[in-house]
Amino acid sequence: MKLIKKEKTNLISTSDPIFNLVTNILLILILIIAIYPLYFVVIASLSDPDAVNSGSMLLYPVNPKGKLLNFEGYQRVFKNHRIWLGYYNTISYTFFGTLIGLIATILAGYSLSRKDLMGKKIITTIFVFTMYFSGGLIPRYMVVDQLGLMNTPLIMILLGSVSVYNIIIAKSFFQNTIPQELQDAAFIDGCGNGFFFLKVVIPLSKSIIAVLALYYAVGHWNSFFTALIYLNNEKLYPLQLILRDILIASQMLVSDVTDMESIGDAQRIAESLKYAVIIVSTLPVLIMYPFLQRYFVKGVMIGSVKG
Amino acid sequence: MNTNTNQLQKTTSSISVSMEKKPSTTIWKKISRNYVLYLFLLPALVYLIIFDYWPMYGIQISFKDFSAINGIWNSPWVGFKHFTTFFQSYRFWTLMKNTLVLSGYQLIAGFPIPIILAIILNYSTMKKISKFAQTATYAPHFISTVVMVGMLILFLSPSNGVINKLLSYINLGPYFFMGEESYFKHIYVWSGIWQNAGWNSIIYIAVLTNVSPELHEAAVVDGASKLKRIWHIDIPALLPTAIILLIMQLGRIMNIGFEKVLLMQNNLNLNTAEVISTYTYKVGLLNAQYSYSTAIGLFNNIINFTLLIIVNKIARRISDTSLW
Repeated sequence: MKLIKKEKTNLISTSDPIFNLVTNILLILILIIAIYPLYFVVIASLSDPDAVNSGSMLLYPVNPKGKLLNFEGYQRVFKNHRIWLGYYNTISYTFFGTLIGLIATILAGYSLSRKDLMGKKIITTIFVFTMYFSGGLIPRYMVVDQLGLMNTPLIMILLGSVSVYNIIIAKSFFQNTIPQELQDAAFIDGCGNGFFFLKVVIPLSKSIIAVLALYYAVGHWNSFFTALIYLNNEKLYPLQLILRDILIASQMLVSDVTDMESIGDAQRIAESLKYAVIIVSTLPVLIMYPFLQRYFVKGVMIGSVKG
Repeated sequence: MNTNTNQLQKTTSSISVSMEKKPSTTIWKKISRNYVLYLFLLPALVYLIIFDYWPMYGIQISFKDFSAINGIWNSPWVGFKHFTTFFQSYRFWTLMKNTLVLSGYQLIAGFPIPIILAIILNYSTMKKISKFAQTATYAPHFISTVVMVGMLILFLSPSNGVINKLLSYINLGPYFFMGEESYFKHIYVWSGIWQNAGWNSIIYIAVLTNVSPELHEAAVVDGASKLKRIWHIDIPALLPTAIILLIMQLGRIMNIGFEKVLLMQNNLNLNTAEVISTYTYKVGLLNAQYSYSTAIGLFNNIINFTLLIIVNKIARRISDTSLW
């Protein structure tokens, strides 16, 4: 298999010099377009606000003489207790939400993957239907209200904790990795469904567990909608809602930069602070990303296998 | 066969009432033997019943004049009043137009780019850079919507955004990009492509690496150029996947990403930036017109659902690939 692939790449690289040149130039362009905005945020967060605002900082962090990097933005972010509270809230919502979602998803995905599940078609339809049709915003809002979940951490944890799409990913994974013969053999030995699941299936499913945990965790981490609709107690706000206030509504001006001499100064600082805020809030995902990328990709692959 | 077993089940269940015990049909045997599998389904099912199916009961308020005192069930029926109000309101066509323009544009621009990207990544002779470019183009997918829009506002700011600074070097601008209603759709769509094209190309890359090498070898022997090979080998291989993805996107055409649109809105661009989903949010939660908002939401939902079914049917007829 590997040999064939090598041959293929050889074939590809031999002919068509103009074609190769064009694709390679396009590739470099794509790379720049993908990376530069992210890189810009990083260097802007480490530069003097004036340099950023004047547009003289484009390729590397720019600071007044004697200073290589400017951590002032970060220092201000770390002093902001709203961000810390948001961080804490988001971490706890993400942790519990992911845990619940993961358990529900793995169990349901496994169950739906078994051939001997009677009524599988109906059950699958019940699941998949919700992907394409929903009651809508207000009816769901009323249900949450009726359950008394409004303005509670529980709604942040529960809502979005189970995704049918992820259940389907889990289902196709189990279909392909846990063959019926294995189950039959175990059952002949007197093993039941529950025991088989715990002792045989789970140890074989570490990769899918990692994939789903990542999907759910990123989903919870980036979730903004649920908090917008169901929370109005600031103490419960997740990071994303606080980010919205800072990045989009520019609310930091009032609360954090009161010690500045002039409004102009305050605005100058607030603008550059935003870059540091972006980095701090995206850091967990950014740090994890290079190591876990293959799991994310794996999830797409499993999900794309139909049935 | 099915009706047969059903009848059998009925008769046996009536028998089992009188005779108790004696495990009757194979169906019951199968179900009870696998009761654990049903228990496994329970948590997810409970979630869906509470947060997806129970709200569907509330859809009826779109045909009623909901008031909190009467509750859902006892509020008076008003027929299609809220729907006609919506269709006749001066906002209706603007909302429809904005929604369709935005998602149509997104579909047309966003659909081919991941395919092209996959082909470029696959054919580039600089393998290491290509691998790195893959990782790099996936990364923006994980940025949250709030941060994405925050970055747009920072970069596009008329006073100190980097884009306007760069434009000023060639004596252009400054433009107030976020405040100009005609720019809204371009900013929305192209930032979306920046964020998701790489991620969406993963599937296509996988398909390309699974194309049988013999096909390419045969083509090379026949003297086919790379462009010809792309056209006659790779594109046909990508087509089934592309069709499935297209169906899924068409089914969501009225479901334009609520979060991002809402966050990108400001008083200046609202004329082109108000879409149906953001409008239902504002009418429903900010103005508390529950029935009206639910009616608009339902209208939106039905269009989506119908579209999905139609497109799926067409896809099945012309190419044997469909969602179900």
